[in-house]
Amino acid sequence: MIPLPPLAPPAVLVEEALACDAAFFPTTEEYVDLVHALKADGFEMCVDVCGVDYLEHFDRALPEGVTPTRFEVVANFLSLSKRERVRVRVQAGNESPRVDTLFHVYPGTEAPEREAFDLFGILFDGHPDLTRILMPEDWEGHPLRKDYGVGHVPIQFKEAPGPR
Amino acid sequence: MSDVTRVAERPERLTGETSEGAQELTRRIDTPTDELGREVGAVLRLDGVTLDPRQVDYERHDDETMIINMGPAHPSTHGVLRLMLELDGEFVLRTKTVIGYLHTGMEKTGEVLSYVQGATNVTRMDYLSPVINELSYSMTVEKLLGVEIPERATWIRMLMSELNRVSSHLVWMATNGMDLGSTSMMIYGLRERELILAFFEKTAGLRLNLNYVRPGGVAADLPDGWQDDIEVICNTIDERTYEYDQLLTGQPIFRNRLIGVGAITAEEALALGLTGPLLRSTGVPWDLRRNMPYLAYDQVDFDVIVGTYGDNFDRYAIRLNEIRESIRIIRQCAEKMPLGDYRSQDPKVTPPPRARIGESMEALIHHFKLFTEGFHVPAGEVYSAVESPRGEIGCYMVSDGGPKPYRMHVRAPSFINLQAIPLLMRGASMSDAITMISTVDPVLGEVDR
Repeated sequence: MIPLPPLAPPAVLVEEALACDAAFFPTTEEYVDLVHALKADGFEMCVDVCGVDYLEHFDRALPEGVTPTRFEVVANFLSLSKRERVRVRVQAGNESPRVDTLFHVYPGTEAPEREAFDLFGILFDGHPDLTRILMPEDWEGHPLRKDYGVGHVPIQFKEAPGPR
Repeated sequence: MSDVTRVAERPERLTGETSEGAQELTRRIDTPTDELGREVGAVLRLDGVTLDPRQVDYERHDDETMIINMGPAHPSTHGVLRLMLELDGEFVLRTKTVIGYLHTGMEKTGEVLSYVQGATNVTRMDYLSPVINELSYSMTVEKLLGVEIPERATWIRMLMSELNRVSSHLVWMATNGMDLGSTSMMIYGLRERELILAFFEKTAGLRLNLNYVRPGGVAADLPDGWQDDIEVICNTIDERTYEYDQLLTGQPIFRNRLIGVGAITAEEALALGLTGPLLRSTGVPWDLRRNMPYLAYDQVDFDVIVGTYGDNFDRYAIRLNEIRESIRIIRQCAEKMPLGDYRSQDPKVTPPPRARIGESMEALIHHFKLFTEGFHVPAGEVYSAVESPRGEIGCYMVSDGGPKPYRMHVRAPSFINLQAIPLLMRGASMSDAITMISTVDPVLGEVDR
């Protein structure tokens, strides 16, 4: 078990307005080790894993020493015994975002990681079945990316003839 | 003559390294061993809590088993859930859930709607508990905004969300009864729910997708004479839960179908991230209303119902008793309901009353700004969760300071709870598999969003 790194200050712009939970900002290499440590520390449940595409916000507020990247993976953990929540935000990369999977620590992250892959194209190394979950399996593109146009993409029907 | 066919160039996929397209359950002979193990239940791979992988019969001949497809239009799948089942005679060996048939891109839609409009979007996710969806969304926006909501709004929100919990559990009682062959329960459950929907209509104007809880408070005050309506609803439903006891709880056929079927342990439930009645049935006393109180749940008296064995009967008993506990909370809400405003009086968040628009220039400007542009929310990112009838519904929101959320993600309890299905169904008979889907209680609108 590695000792827990100090909590980074949450990204707060309006201090008094935001009741942010505590957040960690590990690198992709430290990510799974940190999650192991969190689990040993009493966070029994991984509530949620989701992706965020900060295409237009490389200037967002982050603690010292964290290089902002386009994609971020956000995981929320819950400790039932301590009644606490903690958030882990990983800078996942710009062009081909990838992080390690949490499946082997918390098997309940299987579906949310598949969803993050499906909608953002974030690859989770070691995930047992990284396939599309919400979109059809032959869909092209990842719809929640900010550069995936709204209203500019023709509807894709399965097995329909392609454009001329 | 060259037989050049005109095929559109397919752009290089971003997903080259994945097994994309493998959503279907494949035959045993074509399935790699570790995948086979995983499909029997994701918990298999977890250290310490594993089922023994050697129990998985990898050597079984293919002609002994059959892969059948159930859904997405099967009446017992509670929506458009599709299951692929590998059967040995009548018993389920492996299960794969295939979802996405109701995916409408609500998280993407949430990014183009302003905070004022957003509640109309989230209310359509879990269509059996719309108020609680709106509550989770509104509380997240308020956390970002730092707006205090008036006390009366808090209590109205509590009253409405408990009514909604009752109506959601009643639908569950109805459909679960239907799945087990008790068709009269279907009619009774929907009959009682009608009382609550009628009250919703009287209060909010709509029966289902209410858009009643909004950032800053609620859309309208309670109607005149609401105490009498609540009194009637509470008395009727409270009394009828004892009739359900007579109809179902003590009935030998019903009991034998549920008791000891589909048991999971607390470790498995925690590992899979299950919440709500599924987690409580395993004996973990975790209810956000009690353990991390929001609204004014710390000021009312109620019990958290906890099971022991984690089987289908525990989940049934928890939901039935939660109806009674919710009725208790509703009675206390009606008793303690404070007077005052039903929404925040901050003109930047709440539209002015109609009468003011005709006489005040500022009110007109505020009204115009709110409904054209919406209000700006300070930059930041928050997660807040409330207890829905199905578990923890959370909303993760990123704001960049504009009038629309930069990213809105909903942690849908049904979506996570659905991961328990392969584990629950392993070794169960086909008729029990139907019960298993029912007691997990997925709402597909929320699963697919």
